[in-house]
Amino acid sequence: MTPLLQVKRIEKRYGARIGCADVSFDLYPGEVMGIVGESGSGKSTLLNCLAGHLEPDAGQIIFDTRADGPVDTVTMSEPERRMLGRTDWAFVHQHARDGLRMSVSAGGNIGERLMAVGDCHYGDIRDKAIDWLDRVEIDEGRVDDRPTAFSGGMQQRLQIARNLVTGPRLVFMDEPTGGLDVSVQARLLDLLRGLVREMGLSAIIVTHDLAVVRLLADRLMVMKDGRVVEAGLTDQVLDDPQHAYTQLLVSSVLQV
Amino acid sequence: MIELKDVSKSFTLHNQGSAVIPVMAGASIKVAPGECVALTGASGAGKSTLMRVIYGNYLAASGQVFVGGLDLARAEPREILTLRRETLGYVSQFLRVVPRVPTLEVVAEPLLAIGCDKQKALDKAASLLARLNIPERLWMLSPTTFSGGEQQRVNIASGFAHDYPAMLLDEPTASLDVQNRETVLTLIEEAKARGAAIVGIFHDVGARDRVCDREINVSEFTPGVAA
Amino acid sequence: MSEYNFAYLDEQTKRMIRRAILKGLAVPGYQVPFASREMPMPYGWGTGGVQVSAATLTPEDTFKVIDQGADDTTNAVSIRKFFENTADVETTEETEKATVIQTRHRIPEAKLTEDQILVYQVPIPEPLRFLEPRETETRKMHSLEEYGLMHVKLYEDISQHGAISTSYAYPVKVSDRYVMDPSPIPKFDNPKLEMDAIQLFGAGREQRIYAVPPHTKVVSLDFEDYPFEATKADHPCDLCGAEDSYLDEVIMDDAGNRMFVCSDTDYCRSRRAAGHVGRLAEEGAA
Repeated sequence: MTPLLQVKRIEKRYGARIGCADVSFDLYPGEVMGIVGESGSGKSTLLNCLAGHLEPDAGQIIFDTRADGPVDTVTMSEPERRMLGRTDWAFVHQHARDGLRMSVSAGGNIGERLMAVGDCHYGDIRDKAIDWLDRVEIDEGRVDDRPTAFSGGMQQRLQIARNLVTGPRLVFMDEPTGGLDVSVQARLLDLLRGLVREMGLSAIIVTHDLAVVRLLADRLMVMKDGRVVEAGLTDQVLDDPQHAYTQLLVSSVLQV
Repeated sequence: MIELKDVSKSFTLHNQGSAVIPVMAGASIKVAPGECVALTGASGAGKSTLMRVIYGNYLAASGQVFVGGLDLARAEPREILTLRRETLGYVSQFLRVVPRVPTLEVVAEPLLAIGCDKQKALDKAASLLARLNIPERLWMLSPTTFSGGEQQRVNIASGFAHDYPAMLLDEPTASLDVQNRETVLTLIEEAKARGAAIVGIFHDVGARDRVCDREINVSEFTPGVAA
Repeated sequence: MSEYNFAYLDEQTKRMIRRAILKGLAVPGYQVPFASREMPMPYGWGTGGVQVSAATLTPEDTFKVIDQGADDTTNAVSIRKFFENTADVETTEETEKATVIQTRHRIPEAKLTEDQILVYQVPIPEPLRFLEPRETETRKMHSLEEYGLMHVKLYEDISQHGAISTSYAYPVKVSDRYVMDPSPIPKFDNPKLEMDAIQLFGAGREQRIYAVPPHTKVVSLDFEDYPFEATKADHPCDLCGAEDSYLDEVIMDDAGNRMFVCSDTDYCRSRRAAGHVGRLAEEGAA
């Protein structure tokens, strides 16, 4: 089986400071990988490099495209990369307002990606938007409301619908449950798990919440000071951490 | 089916003066299809540790851990995940589920994960829940609100939903009444009959004597006082 | 007259603007940045159009200015006077006689010819601005032909009003490539954007010039199930009886009486001169 994503020695520097360095891994279709670490560990920098939002200083990010097979997304042209960004990739931001158009209705938000790839039948677009509202558990009566009228959890679910409507194969998530109430988090995690499984999505989830990765991620990568200090099966890394930093991280979680 | 060759396990506590705690050394066991082996030994002798090493939850420090031909000590995460999905089942003492998911789906989950038809999976889940005397009115509720005994039975139902060729059972009959204990023992006997290799921890001596073919005392693998 | 250089602007500036115009014609619909000058009139009064006209006019030209179709409103009169004073060109109100027509928010009803140039005044040249405020981002969207956002605006229209309610500045795609704001002309005029004359668009405050060469394909954006419609008031002109022209609604008294008249004053005048009579003109004659 060809990996969906092959990351080879990715490095990003901010002047003399290391954003992330020497990161390599393969992600296979259907796999969900978590990246954990404290603030400043380079996990968000890495995610933004992978998603094409930042240009890495070194390394390769090889994505298995539908049309041409494995292609290095670092060296591909910007139009190609942006096309991937609205078709095969999705990016779920921590703050829904970074990933939504707040002045556009829920239906318009979901429809944008469809229209961006050439859908121009209003009825079809609206039907798909309503179908997706239903899948993320938002009442279809809210289709013409703007996200400003939605709660934080609803905004986040809308952002997910907007991202998944074009049937992407790889989803990048940056702290998808950050800033939400615990009960809202649980519902969102449940939803994400279902969608990942149903659509056979591969996902890379950056978070500092170990409970989130235990529920969602098959594999885990632990980052510290821009480097990967430990990687492996999620429950193995959490239950039998090998690296000093991971042990500290795991033992710092409050038991409920 | 399950074979351990000279497996050792130790914990290094980096944040406590890098203390190295050896917990297991020279563990070699072999379990054939259709065979059920009980792990025995005093509390703290390392029964659970051994189970976790076989499941890939703990990383073996040295040696080889073969399940269905895959060496878990060296396997890639996705290989272990595939093994757990298709070959190796684990019934733990504690239920760990996603909130909000109905009991019926929790039990059907292992079948859905291997691509089983949804209706067939739900039917199988329903029959197991019925055999384990979970009232039907609870099936559409999340098991997070259930009593300890009910959660334990939901856990067993989900563990036996798919016919794994290899199984790990951690105290499967603990906290069960007579009738449910009988059901669980029957399930284990059925699994053996279809050729499953089983490793289990049974504090219930009667149950152990009934389903287990032999015992392995893990004290044999307990290293001497840490050097 | 001699106090001014021909058509007010200095020759270097006109040369710079002409280069922008030629580039615009070469890349139909593409917004060419240019160094917009201060003009002796406030922004919003046609400074972009005036600079394009100034760079386009020759002493032999005949110049016409309309404001929402009318030759006799303040804006039209003052710009016409401006070029009478600074360029000493002939001016006219008759569409057929003009060689350069500067317009605010209308296309004349009479069919324009290859010998004519139509200069539009443009307030906001960027059609994507409504939904994407960042210029860096809109430029990238144009360069990569990412126009999904344009349809989002139309989607919002239908979802909120049951139909595409955008009735002016209706976005078009030019020559299968650039999405362009045709300036705030009524969408009734959109089909006329495919014409024989040269069309130049000038935005003074925003410092952009763009163009549509003659015989260029111009398609109004729409949905398959909500196709573009060039609408107008369902009424004939009350003065000349025309049924094919864009109409202004005029409230006549406090009792709710109103009349519909051609917004193109020259078109209406020439039809009446040819003997066509509308409802109110009949009454007035009677």
